[in-house]
Amino acid sequence: MNGAEILLQPGVFPRLLQGLWVTVWIAGVSVALSVPVGLIVGWLMTMRNPVIRLLTRVYLDFIRIMPQLALLFIAFYGFARAWNWNLDATGACVFVFVLWGGAELGDLVRGALESISNAQYESAYVLGLGPWQTFTRVILPQALRRLLPASVNLATRIVKTTSLAVLLGVVEVIKVGQQIIDANRFQYPTGTLWIYGVIFFMYFIVCWPLSIVARRLEKRWSHD
Amino acid sequence: MLDWTFITHYAPFFVRGSEMTLFISAFGIILAIAVGLVCAGVEIARIPVLRQIVRVYIELSRNTPLLVQLYFLYFGLPKLGVVWSAEQCAIVGLGFLGGSYMAEAMRGGLETIPNVQRESAYVLGFNTWQTLSRVVIPQAVSTSIPGIVANVIFLIKESSVVSAIALADVMYMAKDLIGMYYSTYESLFMLVVAYLIILLPISLFGTWLERRFDYERR
Repeated sequence: MNGAEILLQPGVFPRLLQGLWVTVWIAGVSVALSVPVGLIVGWLMTMRNPVIRLLTRVYLDFIRIMPQLALLFIAFYGFARAWNWNLDATGACVFVFVLWGGAELGDLVRGALESISNAQYESAYVLGLGPWQTFTRVILPQALRRLLPASVNLATRIVKTTSLAVLLGVVEVIKVGQQIIDANRFQYPTGTLWIYGVIFFMYFIVCWPLSIVARRLEKRWSHD
Repeated sequence: MLDWTFITHYAPFFVRGSEMTLFISAFGIILAIAVGLVCAGVEIARIPVLRQIVRVYIELSRNTPLLVQLYFLYFGLPKLGVVWSAEQCAIVGLGFLGGSYMAEAMRGGLETIPNVQRESAYVLGFNTWQTLSRVVIPQAVSTSIPGIVANVIFLIKESSVVSAIALADVMYMAKDLIGMYYSTYESLFMLVVAYLIILLPISLFGTWLERRFDYERR
Protein backbone atom coordinates (compact mmCIF):
# COMPACT_ATOMS: atom_id res chain seq x y z
CA MET A 1 0.00 0.00 0.00
CA ASN A 2 3.01 2.33 0.05
CA GLY A 3 3.47 4.74 -2.77
CA ALA A 4 1.06 7.30 -1.43
CA GLU A 5 4.04 9.64 -0.97
CA ILE A 6 3.71 10.41 -4.66
CA LEU A 7 0.87 12.70 -3.72
CA LEU A 8 3.17 14.70 -1.44
CA GLN A 9 5.80 15.26 -4.14
CA PRO A 10 6.23 18.95 -4.89
CA GLY A 11 3.95 20.02 -7.70
CA VAL A 12 1.81 16.89 -7.87
CA PHE A 13 -1.23 18.14 -6.05
CA PRO A 14 -1.17 21.69 -7.44
CA ARG A 15 -0.92 20.27 -10.96
CA LEU A 16 -3.87 17.97 -10.37
CA LEU A 17 -5.85 20.95 -9.09
CA GLN A 18 -4.92 22.89 -12.23
CA GLY A 19 -6.21 19.96 -14.27
CA LEU A 20 -9.39 19.92 -12.23
CA TRP A 21 -9.80 23.62 -12.94
CA VAL A 22 -9.75 22.88 -16.70
CA THR A 23 -12.45 20.24 -16.16
CA VAL A 24 -14.58 22.60 -14.10
CA TRP A 25 -14.02 25.41 -16.59
CA ILE A 26 -15.24 23.31 -19.55
CA ALA A 27 -18.26 22.13 -17.56
CA GLY A 28 -19.02 25.64 -16.25
CA VAL A 29 -18.85 27.32 -19.65
CA SER A 30 -20.96 24.52 -21.16
CA VAL A 31 -23.63 24.81 -18.48
CA ALA A 32 -23.68 28.62 -18.76
CA LEU A 33 -24.10 28.47 -22.55
CA SER A 34 -26.65 25.65 -22.31
CA VAL A 35 -29.07 27.87 -20.40
CA PRO A 36 -29.88 30.33 -23.21
CA VAL A 37 -29.82 27.52 -25.82
CA GLY A 38 -32.14 25.44 -23.63
CA LEU A 39 -34.55 28.33 -23.13
CA ILE A 40 -34.75 28.95 -26.87
CA VAL A 41 -35.12 25.22 -27.70
CA GLY A 42 -37.77 24.81 -25.00
CA TRP A 43 -39.68 27.79 -26.31
CA LEU A 44 -39.44 26.45 -29.88
CA MET A 45 -40.75 23.08 -28.68
CA THR A 46 -43.95 24.58 -27.33
CA MET A 47 -44.75 26.12 -30.74
CA ARG A 48 -47.59 24.83 -32.83
CA ASN A 49 -45.70 24.98 -36.14
CA PRO A 50 -45.34 21.33 -37.31
CA VAL A 51 -41.99 21.90 -39.08
CA ILE A 52 -40.40 23.42 -35.96
CA ARG A 53 -41.92 20.66 -33.85
CA LEU A 54 -40.46 17.96 -36.11
CA LEU A 55 -37.03 19.58 -36.27
CA THR A 56 -36.74 20.03 -32.50
CA ARG A 57 -38.03 16.47 -31.98
CA VAL A 58 -35.40 14.99 -34.32
CA TYR A 59 -32.68 17.15 -32.73
CA LEU A 60 -33.63 16.06 -29.20
CA ASP A 61 -34.01 12.37 -30.06
CA PHE A 62 -30.75 12.21 -32.00
CA ILE A 63 -28.80 13.87 -29.18
CA ARG A 64 -30.46 11.58 -26.63
CA ILE A 65 -29.86 8.30 -28.44
CA MET A 66 -26.19 8.91 -29.35
CA PRO A 67 -23.50 8.28 -26.74
CA GLN A 68 -21.80 11.54 -25.78
CA LEU A 69 -18.47 10.11 -26.88
CA ALA A 70 -19.90 9.50 -30.37
CA LEU A 71 -21.16 13.10 -30.48
CA LEU A 72 -17.71 14.32 -29.47
CA PHE A 73 -16.14 12.31 -32.29
CA ILE A 74 -18.65 13.64 -34.80
CA ALA A 75 -17.92 17.22 -33.77
CA PHE A 76 -14.17 16.84 -33.43
CA TYR A 77 -13.42 14.78 -36.54
CA GLY A 78 -16.50 15.17 -38.72
CA PHE A 79 -17.48 18.83 -38.44
CA ALA A 80 -13.90 20.02 -38.42
CA ARG A 81 -13.33 18.32 -41.76
CA ALA A 82 -16.70 19.06 -43.32
CA TRP A 83 -16.65 22.82 -42.74
CA ASN A 84 -12.94 23.32 -42.34
CA TRP A 85 -13.40 24.45 -38.76
CA ASN A 86 -10.23 24.90 -36.83
CA LEU A 87 -11.99 23.50 -33.77
CA ASP A 88 -9.63 22.47 -30.99
CA ALA A 89 -10.49 19.65 -28.59
CA THR A 90 -11.70 22.00 -25.85
CA GLY A 91 -13.89 23.84 -28.35
CA ALA A 92 -15.34 20.56 -29.63
CA CYS A 93 -16.18 19.54 -26.04
CA VAL A 94 -17.90 22.81 -25.22
CA PHE A 95 -19.76 22.71 -28.55
CA VAL A 96 -21.06 19.16 -27.94
CA PHE A 97 -21.93 19.76 -24.30
CA VAL A 98 -23.87 22.89 -25.22
CA LEU A 99 -25.77 21.03 -27.96
CA TRP A 100 -26.49 18.20 -25.52
CA GLY A 101 -27.22 20.38 -22.48
CA GLY A 102 -29.35 22.69 -24.61
CA ALA A 103 -31.43 19.76 -25.88
CA GLU A 104 -31.96 18.24 -22.44
CA LEU A 105 -32.64 21.61 -20.85
CA GLY A 106 -34.96 22.50 -23.71
CA ASP A 107 -37.04 19.43 -22.96
CA LEU A 108 -37.18 20.40 -19.29
CA VAL A 109 -38.21 23.96 -20.19
CA ARG A 110 -40.91 22.59 -22.48
CA GLY A 111 -42.22 20.33 -19.72
CA ALA A 112 -42.21 23.16 -17.20
CA LEU A 113 -43.96 25.59 -19.55
CA GLU A 114 -46.59 23.03 -20.57
CA SER A 115 -47.30 22.03 -16.98
CA ILE A 116 -48.58 25.51 -16.21
CA SER A 117 -52.30 25.54 -16.77
CA ASN A 118 -54.05 28.02 -19.01
CA ALA A 119 -55.97 29.29 -16.00
CA GLN A 120 -52.76 30.95 -14.81
CA TYR A 121 -52.47 32.97 -18.03
CA GLU A 122 -56.15 33.83 -17.98
CA SER A 123 -56.13 34.89 -14.32
CA ALA A 124 -53.10 37.10 -14.96
CA TYR A 125 -54.91 38.63 -17.92
CA VAL A 126 -58.03 39.27 -15.83
CA LEU A 127 -55.90 40.90 -13.14
CA GLY A 128 -54.68 43.30 -15.82
CA LEU A 129 -51.09 42.07 -16.10
CA GLY A 130 -49.32 42.62 -19.41
CA PRO A 131 -47.66 39.73 -21.28
CA TRP A 132 -44.21 40.57 -19.90
CA GLN A 133 -45.54 40.89 -16.34
CA THR A 134 -47.46 37.63 -16.73
CA PHE A 135 -44.29 35.88 -17.82
CA THR A 136 -41.95 37.30 -15.17
CA ARG A 137 -44.36 37.40 -12.21
CA VAL A 138 -46.61 34.40 -12.76
CA ILE A 139 -45.20 31.87 -15.22
CA LEU A 140 -41.45 32.09 -14.59
CA PRO A 141 -41.53 31.61 -10.79
CA GLN A 142 -43.68 28.50 -11.18
CA ALA A 143 -41.69 27.13 -14.12
CA LEU A 144 -38.39 27.66 -12.30
CA ARG A 145 -39.47 25.50 -9.38
CA ARG A 146 -40.15 22.64 -11.74
CA LEU A 147 -37.01 23.33 -13.73
CA LEU A 148 -34.27 23.96 -11.22
CA PRO A 149 -33.78 20.56 -9.50
CA ALA A 150 -33.52 18.72 -12.83
CA SER A 151 -31.22 21.40 -14.24
CA VAL A 152 -28.81 21.03 -11.32
CA ASN A 153 -28.81 17.28 -11.96
CA LEU A 154 -28.03 17.98 -15.61
CA ALA A 155 -25.09 20.13 -14.51
CA THR A 156 -23.76 17.17 -12.50
CA ARG A 157 -24.04 14.97 -15.58
CA ILE A 158 -22.18 17.55 -17.68
CA VAL A 159 -19.34 17.67 -15.12
CA LYS A 160 -19.07 13.88 -15.20
CA THR A 161 -19.15 13.77 -19.00
CA THR A 162 -16.32 16.31 -19.12
CA SER A 163 -14.06 13.36 -18.26
CA LEU A 164 -14.44 12.25 -21.90
CA ALA A 165 -12.47 15.33 -22.97
CA VAL A 166 -9.27 13.43 -22.22
CA LEU A 167 -10.09 11.03 -25.08
CA LEU A 168 -9.93 13.95 -27.52
CA GLY A 169 -6.61 15.07 -26.06
CA VAL A 170 -7.64 17.92 -23.75
CA VAL A 171 -5.12 18.30 -20.94
CA GLU A 172 -7.53 18.14 -18.02
CA VAL A 173 -7.37 16.41 -14.67
CA ILE A 174 -7.15 12.82 -16.01
CA LYS A 175 -4.46 13.71 -18.58
CA VAL A 176 -2.45 15.54 -15.91
CA GLY A 177 -2.79 12.45 -13.73
CA GLN A 178 -1.49 10.25 -16.54
CA GLN A 179 1.47 12.57 -17.08
CA ILE A 180 2.33 12.42 -13.37
CA ILE A 181 2.00 8.64 -13.38
CA ASP A 182 4.25 8.29 -16.42
CA ALA A 183 6.88 10.70 -15.08
CA ASN A 184 7.09 8.77 -11.79
CA ARG A 185 6.74 5.27 -13.19
CA PHE A 186 10.08 4.03 -11.81
CA GLN A 187 10.16 6.04 -8.61
CA TYR A 188 6.59 5.25 -7.54
CA PRO A 189 5.37 2.14 -9.35
CA THR A 190 2.11 2.06 -7.38
CA GLY A 191 1.41 5.74 -8.03
CA THR A 192 -1.29 4.77 -10.55
CA LEU A 193 -3.57 3.59 -7.79
CA TRP A 194 -3.21 6.78 -5.77
CA ILE A 195 -3.43 9.24 -8.61
CA TYR A 196 -6.57 7.66 -10.07
CA GLY A 197 -7.98 7.37 -6.56
CA VAL A 198 -7.45 11.08 -5.98
CA ILE A 199 -9.00 11.96 -9.35
CA PHE A 200 -11.99 9.77 -8.47
CA PHE A 201 -12.52 11.74 -5.27
CA MET A 202 -11.91 15.07 -6.99
CA TYR A 203 -14.84 14.37 -9.31
CA PHE A 204 -16.85 13.25 -6.32
CA ILE A 205 -16.12 16.46 -4.40
CA VAL A 206 -17.26 18.55 -7.37
CA CYS A 207 -20.41 16.55 -8.15
CA TRP A 208 -21.66 15.54 -4.73
CA PRO A 209 -22.61 19.05 -3.50
CA LEU A 210 -24.52 19.58 -6.75
CA SER A 211 -26.46 16.33 -6.18
CA ILE A 212 -27.28 17.41 -2.63
CA VAL A 213 -28.50 20.82 -3.80
CA ALA A 214 -30.68 19.15 -6.45
CA ARG A 215 -32.20 16.79 -3.87
CA ARG A 216 -32.88 19.62 -1.40
CA LEU A 217 -34.57 21.75 -4.06
CA GLU A 218 -36.65 18.78 -5.16
CA LYS A 219 -37.82 18.09 -1.60
CA ARG A 220 -38.54 21.71 -0.76
CA TRP A 221 -40.57 22.41 -3.88
CA SER A 222 -42.34 19.10 -4.31
CA HIS A 223 -45.03 20.10 -1.82
CA ASP A 224 -46.52 23.09 -3.56
CA MET B 1 -19.99 12.12 -50.61
CA LEU B 2 -19.71 8.72 -48.93
CA ASP B 3 -17.44 6.04 -50.33
CA TRP B 4 -19.79 3.06 -50.45
CA THR B 5 -17.17 0.46 -51.38
CA PHE B 6 -15.30 1.44 -48.22
CA ILE B 7 -18.50 1.11 -46.19
CA THR B 8 -19.40 -2.33 -47.54
CA HIS B 9 -15.84 -3.44 -47.02
CA TYR B 10 -15.57 -2.31 -43.41
CA ALA B 11 -19.16 -2.84 -42.27
CA PRO B 12 -18.20 -6.26 -40.78
CA PHE B 13 -15.81 -4.39 -38.45
CA PHE B 14 -18.77 -2.56 -37.03
CA VAL B 15 -20.78 -5.74 -36.73
CA ARG B 16 -17.98 -7.16 -34.60
CA GLY B 17 -17.76 -3.90 -32.69
CA SER B 18 -21.49 -4.03 -32.03
CA GLU B 19 -21.12 -7.57 -30.74
CA MET B 20 -18.52 -6.33 -28.25
CA THR B 21 -20.72 -3.38 -27.25
CA LEU B 22 -23.70 -5.70 -26.72
CA PHE B 23 -21.63 -8.31 -24.88
CA ILE B 24 -20.17 -5.80 -22.41
CA SER B 25 -23.50 -3.99 -21.99
CA ALA B 26 -25.52 -7.17 -21.49
CA PHE B 27 -23.32 -8.48 -18.69
CA GLY B 28 -22.88 -5.00 -17.24
CA ILE B 29 -26.66 -4.51 -17.17
CA ILE B 30 -27.27 -7.92 -15.56
CA LEU B 31 -24.69 -7.09 -12.89
CA ALA B 32 -26.20 -3.62 -12.43
CA ILE B 33 -29.69 -5.07 -11.96
CA ALA B 34 -28.39 -7.61 -9.44
CA VAL B 35 -26.51 -4.91 -7.50
CA GLY B 36 -29.55 -2.64 -7.75
CA LEU B 37 -31.89 -5.32 -6.38
CA VAL B 38 -29.62 -5.99 -3.40
CA CYS B 39 -29.19 -2.28 -2.65
CA ALA B 40 -32.89 -1.49 -3.01
CA GLY B 41 -33.70 -4.48 -0.79
CA VAL B 42 -31.28 -3.29 1.90
CA GLU B 43 -32.73 0.22 1.79
CA ILE B 44 -36.34 -0.90 1.90
CA ALA B 45 -35.70 -3.40 4.71
CA ARG B 46 -33.77 -0.65 6.58
CA ILE B 47 -30.98 -3.02 7.62
CA PRO B 48 -28.61 -0.97 9.83
CA VAL B 49 -24.93 -0.58 8.86
CA LEU B 50 -25.56 -2.23 5.46
CA ARG B 51 -27.91 0.62 4.71
CA GLN B 52 -25.21 3.23 5.39
CA ILE B 53 -22.77 1.29 3.22
CA VAL B 54 -25.31 1.23 0.40
CA ARG B 55 -25.85 4.99 0.74
CA VAL B 56 -22.11 5.66 0.51
CA TYR B 57 -21.82 3.35 -2.51
CA ILE B 58 -24.74 5.04 -4.28
CA GLU B 59 -23.31 8.53 -3.72
CA LEU B 60 -19.82 7.46 -4.86
CA SER B 61 -21.06 5.70 -7.94
CA ARG B 62 -23.50 8.41 -9.03
CA ASN B 63 -21.12 11.29 -8.59
CA THR B 64 -18.07 10.01 -10.46
CA PRO B 65 -17.61 9.41 -14.20
CA LEU B 66 -17.41 5.88 -15.62
CA LEU B 67 -14.11 6.67 -17.35
CA VAL B 68 -12.37 7.38 -14.04
CA GLN B 69 -13.93 4.27 -12.49
CA LEU B 70 -12.63 2.21 -15.42
CA TYR B 71 -9.12 3.70 -15.26
CA PHE B 72 -9.04 2.97 -11.55
CA LEU B 73 -10.12 -0.64 -12.10
CA TYR B 74 -7.92 -1.25 -15.12
CA PHE B 75 -4.71 0.64 -14.20
CA GLY B 76 -5.01 1.16 -10.45
CA LEU B 77 -6.20 -2.16 -9.04
CA PRO B 78 -3.35 -4.27 -10.51
CA LYS B 79 -1.06 -2.37 -8.10
CA LEU B 80 -3.01 -4.03 -5.29
CA GLY B 81 -2.54 -7.40 -6.95
CA VAL B 82 -6.03 -7.49 -8.48
CA VAL B 83 -5.46 -8.06 -12.18
CA TRP B 84 -8.61 -8.18 -14.29
CA SER B 85 -8.92 -8.38 -18.05
CA ALA B 86 -10.29 -5.38 -19.92
CA GLU B 87 -13.62 -7.20 -20.38
CA GLN B 88 -13.92 -7.91 -16.66
CA CYS B 89 -13.06 -4.31 -15.81
CA ALA B 90 -15.64 -3.00 -18.26
CA ILE B 91 -18.39 -5.27 -16.92
CA VAL B 92 -17.55 -4.53 -13.28
CA GLY B 93 -17.32 -0.82 -14.09
CA LEU B 94 -20.74 -0.77 -15.77
CA GLY B 95 -22.17 -2.83 -12.89
CA PHE B 96 -20.68 -0.43 -10.34
CA LEU B 97 -22.04 2.62 -12.15
CA GLY B 98 -25.40 1.11 -13.11
CA GLY B 99 -26.07 -0.57 -9.75
CA SER B 100 -26.79 2.73 -8.05
CA TYR B 101 -29.02 3.96 -10.87
CA MET B 102 -30.96 0.68 -10.85
CA ALA B 103 -31.26 0.78 -7.05
CA GLU B 104 -32.72 4.29 -7.17
CA ALA B 105 -35.20 3.31 -9.89
CA MET B 106 -36.37 0.22 -7.97
CA ARG B 107 -36.53 1.99 -4.61
CA GLY B 108 -38.48 4.81 -6.25
CA GLY B 109 -40.93 2.23 -7.61
CA LEU B 110 -41.42 0.55 -4.24
CA GLU B 111 -41.83 3.84 -2.39
CA THR B 112 -44.67 5.01 -4.61
CA ILE B 113 -46.88 2.19 -3.29
CA PRO B 114 -49.01 3.82 -0.58
CA ASN B 115 -49.32 2.08 2.78
CA VAL B 116 -53.07 1.78 2.20
CA GLN B 117 -52.28 -1.01 -0.24
CA ARG B 118 -50.42 -3.03 2.38
CA GLU B 119 -53.08 -2.35 4.99
CA SER B 120 -55.89 -3.36 2.64
CA ALA B 121 -54.08 -6.59 1.80
CA TYR B 122 -53.68 -7.25 5.52
CA VAL B 123 -57.37 -6.62 6.14
CA LEU B 124 -58.23 -8.98 3.29
CA GLY B 125 -56.28 -11.70 5.11
CA PHE B 126 -53.16 -11.80 2.89
CA ASN B 127 -49.99 -12.90 4.62
CA THR B 128 -46.68 -11.03 4.18
CA TRP B 129 -45.53 -13.08 1.19
CA GLN B 130 -48.90 -12.82 -0.56
CA THR B 131 -49.00 -9.08 0.08
CA LEU B 132 -45.56 -8.69 -1.48
CA SER B 133 -46.04 -10.98 -4.45
CA ARG B 134 -49.66 -10.15 -5.31
CA VAL B 135 -50.03 -6.52 -4.31
CA VAL B 136 -46.78 -4.63 -3.79
CA ILE B 137 -44.34 -6.05 -6.35
CA PRO B 138 -46.68 -6.03 -9.39
CA GLN B 139 -47.38 -2.35 -8.78
CA ALA B 140 -43.76 -1.54 -7.99
CA VAL B 141 -42.62 -3.22 -11.21
CA SER B 142 -44.99 -1.14 -13.29
CA THR B 143 -43.81 2.11 -11.70
CA SER B 144 -40.10 1.30 -11.87
CA ILE B 145 -40.03 -0.02 -15.45
CA PRO B 146 -39.65 3.38 -17.16
CA GLY B 147 -36.67 4.14 -14.92
CA ILE B 148 -35.08 0.74 -15.47
CA VAL B 149 -35.46 0.95 -19.26
CA ALA B 150 -33.95 4.45 -19.23
CA ASN B 151 -31.03 3.06 -17.24
CA VAL B 152 -30.53 0.19 -19.69
CA ILE B 153 -30.26 2.66 -22.57
CA PHE B 154 -28.02 4.89 -20.48
CA LEU B 155 -25.67 1.98 -19.73
CA ILE B 156 -25.43 0.91 -23.38
CA LYS B 157 -24.53 4.48 -24.25
CA GLU B 158 -22.01 4.66 -21.42
CA SER B 159 -20.41 1.43 -22.66
CA SER B 160 -18.89 3.51 -25.49
CA VAL B 161 -16.29 4.56 -22.92
CA VAL B 162 -14.80 1.04 -22.73
CA SER B 163 -12.94 1.79 -25.97
CA ALA B 164 -10.62 3.79 -23.71
CA ILE B 165 -9.33 0.58 -22.11
CA ALA B 166 -8.69 -0.98 -25.52
CA LEU B 167 -11.87 -3.00 -25.95
CA ALA B 168 -12.81 -3.23 -29.63
CA ASP B 169 -16.37 -1.90 -29.44
CA VAL B 170 -18.17 0.26 -32.01
CA MET B 171 -16.47 3.44 -30.82
CA TYR B 172 -13.04 1.82 -31.04
CA MET B 173 -13.65 0.69 -34.63
CA ALA B 174 -14.64 4.20 -35.70
CA LYS B 175 -11.56 5.70 -34.06
CA ASP B 176 -9.34 3.06 -35.62
CA LEU B 177 -10.66 3.51 -39.15
CA ILE B 178 -10.44 7.31 -38.92
CA GLY B 179 -6.86 6.98 -37.76
CA MET B 180 -5.81 4.42 -40.35
CA TYR B 181 -7.57 5.56 -43.51
CA TYR B 182 -8.66 9.13 -42.77
CA SER B 183 -12.14 7.89 -43.70
CA THR B 184 -13.85 10.32 -41.34
CA TYR B 185 -17.28 10.52 -42.97
CA GLU B 186 -17.67 6.81 -43.66
CA SER B 187 -16.53 5.77 -40.18
CA LEU B 188 -18.72 8.32 -38.40
CA PHE B 189 -21.65 7.33 -40.61
CA MET B 190 -21.23 3.66 -39.71
CA LEU B 191 -20.78 4.62 -36.05
CA VAL B 192 -24.09 6.49 -36.01
CA VAL B 193 -25.89 3.73 -37.90
CA ALA B 194 -24.51 1.05 -35.56
CA TYR B 195 -25.69 2.89 -32.46
CA LEU B 196 -29.08 3.59 -34.04
CA ILE B 197 -29.50 -0.10 -34.89
CA ILE B 198 -28.59 -1.10 -31.33
CA LEU B 199 -30.49 1.59 -29.42
CA LEU B 200 -33.62 2.36 -31.46
CA PRO B 201 -35.23 -1.10 -31.05
CA ILE B 202 -34.45 -1.09 -27.31
CA SER B 203 -35.92 2.36 -26.96
CA LEU B 204 -39.08 1.30 -28.84
CA PHE B 205 -39.28 -1.95 -26.84
CA GLY B 206 -39.04 0.13 -23.67
CA THR B 207 -42.00 2.27 -24.70
CA TRP B 208 -43.98 -0.89 -25.48
CA LEU B 209 -43.00 -2.43 -22.13
CA GLU B 210 -44.08 0.69 -20.26
CA ARG B 211 -47.50 0.47 -21.85
CA ARG B 212 -47.72 -3.26 -21.27
CA PHE B 213 -47.11 -2.86 -17.53
CA ASP B 214 -49.19 0.27 -17.08
CA TYR B 215 -52.05 -1.52 -15.30
CA GLU B 216 -53.70 1.70 -14.20
CA ARG B 217 -54.27 3.16 -17.61
CA ARG B 218 -54.97 -0.07 -19.46
